[in-house]
Amino acid sequence: MAVPPSLRIRGLVKRFGSHVAVDGVELELVPGEFFCLLGPSGCGKSTLLRMIAGFEAPSEGIVEVGGADITALPPHRRPVNMMFQAYALFPHMSVAANIAYGLKGMPKARAVERVAELLRLVRLEGFGDRRPDTLSGGQRQRVALARAIAREPGLLLLDEPLGALDRGLREETQGELRTLQRRLGTSFVVVTHDPEEAMMLADRIGVMERGRLVQVGPPAALYRRPASRYVAGLLGDVNLIPGRLGPAGAVGTRAVVTAHGTVTAQADGVLAEGAQVVVAVRPESLVLGERGLAAVVEDATFLGDRIRRVLRLPDGTALRASGPPGGGPERGAAIRAGFAPADAVILPA
Amino acid sequence: MSGLTRTVLWLGLGFLYAPILVLVVYSFNASSLVTVWGGFSTRWYGALFADAPLIAAAWVSLRVAVLASLVATTLGTLAALALERHGRFRGRAGFTALIYGPMVMPEVMIGLSLLLLFIGVGLDRGVVTIVIAHATFCTGFVAVVVSARLRGLDRYLEEAAADLGAGPLRVLGTVTLPLLAPAIAAGALLAFTLSLDDLVIASFVSGPGATTLPMRLYSQVRLGVNPEINAASTLLVGLVSTAVLAASWLTARRGG
Repeated sequence: MAVPPSLRIRGLVKRFGSHVAVDGVELELVPGEFFCLLGPSGCGKSTLLRMIAGFEAPSEGIVEVGGADITALPPHRRPVNMMFQAYALFPHMSVAANIAYGLKGMPKARAVERVAELLRLVRLEGFGDRRPDTLSGGQRQRVALARAIAREPGLLLLDEPLGALDRGLREETQGELRTLQRRLGTSFVVVTHDPEEAMMLADRIGVMERGRLVQVGPPAALYRRPASRYVAGLLGDVNLIPGRLGPAGAVGTRAVVTAHGTVTAQADGVLAEGAQVVVAVRPESLVLGERGLAAVVEDATFLGDRIRRVLRLPDGTALRASGPPGGGPERGAAIRAGFAPADAVILPA
Repeated sequence: MSGLTRTVLWLGLGFLYAPILVLVVYSFNASSLVTVWGGFSTRWYGALFADAPLIAAAWVSLRVAVLASLVATTLGTLAALALERHGRFRGRAGFTALIYGPMVMPEVMIGLSLLLLFIGVGLDRGVVTIVIAHATFCTGFVAVVVSARLRGLDRYLEEAAADLGAGPLRVLGTVTLPLLAPAIAAGALLAFTLSLDDLVIASFVSGPGATTLPMRLYSQVRLGVNPEINAASTLLVGLVSTAVLAASWLTARRGG
């Protein structure tokens, strides 16, 4: 028999009165997968996480963990653990007691050993007797993580796990989290509003918009082949060139008639000829040379690892292009900006 | 602080506390005339402890206060948990009104209605009825203090405990109650002082052999004031203000 998915969500809906917070989410995680739920605040990602943990009862739908339906189970009977956004460490207990809280029922000697092992794992040996309020933010984050994995859950939920850390520490901790997840082999579901963080951490990202899971895929696929303007804009800077859809071209590509000429790009969706569309091109995919749309370099900014240029098209539209530092057209140069059809995507307008 | 503000502050404090100060000062009066200073003496404190009926009344008051505050603290804490942690159950508004009602109801009304109730059910009046009456009106105060703390308590702490496999009772015993302990203690001290202070309700529901300290003092005052009353009142003021200060210290303290 095949290994059951570590998490399987079917038709999950959550309504608060007339407001639909989570709207028909379907999702399946393979064991050991690192999954990120990405979206702005209020998109329903936290509610989805809380339904998996059992703190909110779904209005409709099913949650399965490791092949077992847990939709009706209360939080304390679920084989999942959660790391809370502000860590929710028990202020009246020592670090060791916090970590041991979930180990009730384990023989005492074994539990003590396990706590020591976890403290080592998060590099907090010697901190067992301290109170949480005497720790730094990064140390508290690691205690929360140790406490959440103490019971060796098959699925760990993390609500903005790095949200309370400052920038430098966050990047360092992202790497640690990733390493830890690989070592444990536990499936992680991380909720975050930070696209960079999601791309850094996840095997797959699920983008949420107004309660719906609008696109799921590996970071590179989402970045290169977004399914909507929303996803394209969320994952990074993008140029959107409006136009009208032309006839089908070579495999998977179609022509788009824009105000500046006809361009060819990838077409994933099913759209009728003549439909209003936009062509999405990342700044780094724009090639400045002899082919493509006629433009003038209006501004060029040196940013160390790259140069960012603002290109002005004859009708006033601005495009952003970024290229390797050193060389390339200067400010005021008349150039043409082109792109390979594989580097641009046609999206509904 | 400007001069005017300072003056107003001292006038206000004087208005509130000057009578108590006079009472305390005259408790150390050597003269047996309350209003004539005859030198410093602690003789009235000696007389106080030789006054058997007064000491008996003090014991009744202490017993009542301890029992009533125990009952009120238990019920008040449970009421606060029900109000703050069980969502919007049916009749929540009504329950709130019933809990807080006795706090704003005139004491005469509470006393009278309880007296009628006790007579109606044939309960002999004495220490037990005073304890019941005091627990009734103190429960609301405990509920207010504990609710306030519960509202400020991070919900995620209880959720984290549940997430780590703790059932509702273990969450209550290991997380909620320990974190509420300062508020519960403050509520208990408040209930204790309210019970110790009460004259009106106790007068209605007490019976022969169950005279509380305030009742005893009041009846003695009607026969004429002597400095012994001052001494007894001074001790009572001391006890009550200690308890109130302890309660506010407990409430103000953060964490556990």
